[in-house]
Parts: sequence; structure tokens; C-alpha cells
Amino acid sequence: MAQYQNLFTSVQPVGPTHHGVDLPRDDDKRTGTPFLLHLLGRIGNAQIGPVYLGSLGVASLVFGIAAFNIIGFNMLASVDWNPIQLLRQLFWLALEPPAPAYGLGIPPLAQGGWWLIVGFMLTVSILLWWARTYRRARQLGLGTHVAWAFAAAIWLYLVCGFFRPIMMGSWSEAVPFGVFPHLDWVSALSLRHGNLFYNPFHALSIVFLYGSVLLFAMHGATILAVTRYGGEREIEQIVDRGTASERAALFWRWTMGFNATMESVHRWAWWFAVLSPLVGGIGILLTGPVVDNWYLWSMKHHVVPAYPLSHPVVIDPAILGAKP
Amino acid sequence: MKLTMKLALYLFAPLAFGLLSGCERPPIETVQTGYRGTAMEQIYNPRTLLKQASLNQAPEAAEAASTDGPRAKEVYQNVQVLGDLSVAQFNRHMAAITQWVAPDAGCAYCHNVANFAEDAKYTKIVARRMIQMTQRVNQDWKTHVAETGVTCYTCHRGNNIPTNVWFAPKDRKYANSIMGDLAGQNNATQTVGLTSLPYDPFTPYLKDAAAIRVNGHEAMAGIGNYSNRASTKQAEHTYSLMVHMSESLGVNCTYCHNTRNFQGWEESRPQRVTAWYGIRMARDLNNDYMEPLTKTFPEHRLGPKGDVAKVNCTTCHQGAYKPLYGAAMAKDYPELQTLAKP
Repeated sequence: MAQYQNLFTSVQPVGPTHHGVDLPRDDDKRTGTPFLLHLLGRIGNAQIGPVYLGSLGVASLVFGIAAFNIIGFNMLASVDWNPIQLLRQLFWLALEPPAPAYGLGIPPLAQGGWWLIVGFMLTVSILLWWARTYRRARQLGLGTHVAWAFAAAIWLYLVCGFFRPIMMGSWSEAVPFGVFPHLDWVSALSLRHGNLFYNPFHALSIVFLYGSVLLFAMHGATILAVTRYGGEREIEQIVDRGTASERAALFWRWTMGFNATMESVHRWAWWFAVLSPLVGGIGILLTGPVVDNWYLWSMKHHVVPAYPLSHPVVIDPAILGAKP
Repeated sequence: MKLTMKLALYLFAPLAFGLLSGCERPPIETVQTGYRGTAMEQIYNPRTLLKQASLNQAPEAAEAASTDGPRAKEVYQNVQVLGDLSVAQFNRHMAAITQWVAPDAGCAYCHNVANFAEDAKYTKIVARRMIQMTQRVNQDWKTHVAETGVTCYTCHRGNNIPTNVWFAPKDRKYANSIMGDLAGQNNATQTVGLTSLPYDPFTPYLKDAAAIRVNGHEAMAGIGNYSNRASTKQAEHTYSLMVHMSESLGVNCTYCHNTRNFQGWEESRPQRVTAWYGIRMARDLNNDYMEPLTKTFPEHRLGPKGDVAKVNCTTCHQGAYKPLYGAAMAKDYPELQTLAKP
């Protein structure tokens, strides 16, 4: 039974491809003829397509691709249209938000105007994609859990790039579109506001983030471990608990005294994943508009331990009236 | 071997190699500098440290010269700064400065060898001003250089121009175009340790006196005059200056700061005070000594925007926490200790 402990799915059933259930009359047709790809079958389903594009999907792609291209061309322009430099410095380059002097005004195109346009287009694209996940789920007769989980991520995105800048009165507070630049923005935001690690919502967000990873590992491992008893048929096991469920439950009860059930483990996972950006977004929204310095806030509320000062006490030379 | 195993190997071996190639080869040595649990520590690699140490050796000083005899200004013409030295001391100094600054070109780098008194070469005028600058540092900036002091060699290291100076950065070719504004950052440059932080932290902080501090003194955000108006972008600028300092000195942030509370002086190490004066010193030297020399230099010595070469932390430190690892070289050159009377 070694195949259940492998990284890859070693047994692949091959048969006629499935086009999916019929769609309501006013829906678009699905595009593409489905085909099988063996290598993909080793990590997922071997069948590729058909894809449902629809009006929401097309509109979302149009806005998304436009935003992506404007970012790309701005990056290319910033290295004087040199494609080799674009590749070499790709991770460094970015489309920056306007300078603080522009506040919430509309800056010239070259000084952050493009950033504002891209921010709008990307947001429209993401919101359309959200509507698409919602509508596709409904059309298939599913619950809308995926859409609401996605909405939690969109909340954090909007807090960083839209709500917080508005509350701070400056677009310059928003995130630049670039790989390293957006990471530097994160560090700078933390440094500016006296260490984000002392923001309790940041801490909660990390709990849910790492908790998600832990839950994912525990659940994945448990299901793989009981696959030999049919445990991978999770949906059936929810309503018709078999030996796989029983053994999985017993394992956790024996090792840590408590177990989730075949159904509730998925609620655990969903809530952990959703709460991570949800509380993270609250933390970012408070950073600046409400709390200016998280280190001082934590000192004030006795969250931070005071360490003994192990060297001669250092005094700010600026308050000593030192020669500037 | 089974196909899947092979597949896994082909997939993960290059991946693991790729990830590891970004790492520095061990050993890594950690030196604790603060209270336990605060992660205040310096990280060194003895291999790179060994290389660094060999690059930062002070040359041996020549034997001290006699202070007797006539003064240099009585014997030589046009001696404006070091005229009160004895002739022997003066010649010893000239020999030293040649070794420090122009070992290849020799006296002719600054002097017309047919008439040493002549001020025809710009290098002589600059050198005279640089001697005064060195005296200024040793006399008035003890808060930064302490009793160790500096000599010409601290920066020059046998080069006509110190290897680490800065100019206002060149604009990109299409700087005025409608696309691709860099906002002063997001270039892969060594200046700020290959981060995408603002690449010119020097103009605002080491020439102009822009506010470096971005942290407020209150926990909660205030209103109006009570609010801290520093922006995240300002924090990025400060951050880039700090990265420059860290790179120049070959130290971590924790060399000066307790990183849980960057702003707090009470939790900082005394080195932070020295660094604070260092920033003011560099600013003073750039404005009082370098900038006024702009017109003295020929055009090819100026930067892309026509500005003069200026100093930053790397100019002296060159990767060492103290230039030349604290070798007390200046004590052998008493003529560089105090500003010469005009």
C-alpha cells in the first residue's frame, strides 16, 4: 500500500473526458475541448478544461491584463526601455504610489497617476473575479464559501491600498506594485509605527496564518494516513462514518485528547484561513489612523516586558543640546 | 529507481540547490551584545572578516621628525597651513601624504616640480583644504572620532580619490517621460545593500538636514499639531540611510539599536550616539569643505549632475566598524590634530 505515502498519485484512471453539468440557458458556453495531461494527473486532476469565461470572467481579465501591462510598461520605462535590465532588475522595479505631497488629490500621470489608474483597474478586476466565483458557485448549486473566503483576502487588499490611505489622507501610504518594493513598504510601515509585532491584531493574524498551516498539515496527513480504509471519500464519511473516520478520530483523541470530525475539520480550516486576513486587515487599519506607535501602545498597556539596561544609559544627544 | 522517485529528484535537487545558492557559506559566529532574549547580537563570518581585516591595515608611521630648526614658512614660500612645523616635520608630512594619496604620481600630483610654491594645480588647492578638513575632524569632531582621530589615509588608502565617495545620482535617460517614474527608489544598487529602498539617502541626510526620525512619542495618533506627520515613504528614506550605515560598518542593526524599539535611546547601545555625531560630521564636511571646492575641481572630477565628490560613512569606514579597525594612526601626526591658526 506504499502508493498512499507517495508525493505523487501513482494510479491514474483514464477514461472519456467530462464536460460538466448542463448550464442554464442564459449562461455562456464553456470554451475549449477537454483533454488529459498525465503529468498534471500526478499532482491533481489530469483533465484540463473546459473553462467557463462568461461576461464577468472576460471583464475581469480585461481589467486585470490592462493593469498588469501598465505596471509592466512602467517598469520597462523606468529602466529606459531596456528589456535585459527589465529582467535583471524585475524584482526591484515597481509602480510607486504618488508622493505624500499629493495627498488624496489626483497627481500627474508620471508622478503616481499611473498608480492610481492601475489601482482602480486591479480593484475592479479583483471584484469582478469575486462576483464570478460567487456566481459560478451558485450556478453549480454550491455554497458560496469560496467567494467569502476570497472576500476576506480582498478586505486586506483594500485596507492596505484603499481604506487606510484614505483614512491617512494620502495615497502615498498605499502599497507599491512591485516585488521587493512592496516588502520594503511592509518593513517601513512597521518601522514608522514602532514595530508592528506589538500590534495584537498582527499577532492574531499570525496565529491564524501559522494555525492554517498546522491544520492543513494535520488534516492532509490524517486523510492520507486513512486512505487505505477509504478515508479519502471525505464527503461520504461525513454522513456515513466508517472505519477510516473512526481510526482518524481515535488517533487524535489518543494523542491529544480531542478530535475534530470529518466535517468540522473543514470549518476549522476555513475559519483559520479567513480570520488571518480579516484580523490582519483590522490591525493595518488601526496602524496610523488610530494607533501611531505600537511599541509605546504595548508599553502603556503592559504587554511588553521591560528589560534591564545592561550598559551605561544612553541619552539622546539631540536633547542634550549637542552641537547639531 | 521508480519513475516517480526520479521525477522527484530531478524536480527538487535543482530547487534545493537554487535556494541554497543565495546563502552565505558557514561558519557564522554570533557575538551577544545586549540583554539575553533581545536578540542583540553581531553576526560575523570569520572567513570574510579575515579578508576585511587585511584590507584595513594602517601603514607604519615614519620616525618622528625633530621639532628644532627654522619653521617651514620661513624656509619655503606659500606655506599656508603647515607653516608652523619645523622643516623636518614639514618634509615628513609631505612624504607621508604622498604615500597616502599619490604614491604613483609622487610630488608632481600636486606640485609643479619646477616651482613647488606655485598653486597652479587644482590638486594642491584641494589637498590644502583637505588637510584643514582633517584637522577640523580631529579637533572638533572628537564626539565621533574620539582620540583615535583620522589622517588622509583613513579615506584615501593610497588612492588619489577615496574609493568610496558619492555624487547626486544620474537621472535615467528618459527621466522626463510620462511613464516609469522611479520615485527615487527601486533600483538594484549597492549603495543601499541591494534593497529596493531609496537609492540616494545622502542628499537629504548627509548634505541637507532632512528629519531622520519618523517615530512619534505618543502611542495613539494625535490630531493637528499633536499628530506625527511622518509618512511611510519617509520611513523608507530613513531605512535606506540606516542600511547604508550598516553596510559601511559591516554591522547589523543591533550594533546600535534594540530592534524591538528602534527609536528608544534608553535601549540603544552607546555606539548609536557616536553614529548620531557621525551623520552630523559627514554633513558638516560635505557642506563646509567639499561643496565650496566644486569650482576648484575640473569637470571630469565632478558627478553626473556637476556636483563635487562628497563623503558618506563608507568613505572612512570601508566595511569596518571603526576605520582601519581603530588603529590609532593620527597620534603620529600631531600637525593634523588641531586646526592651524590662519
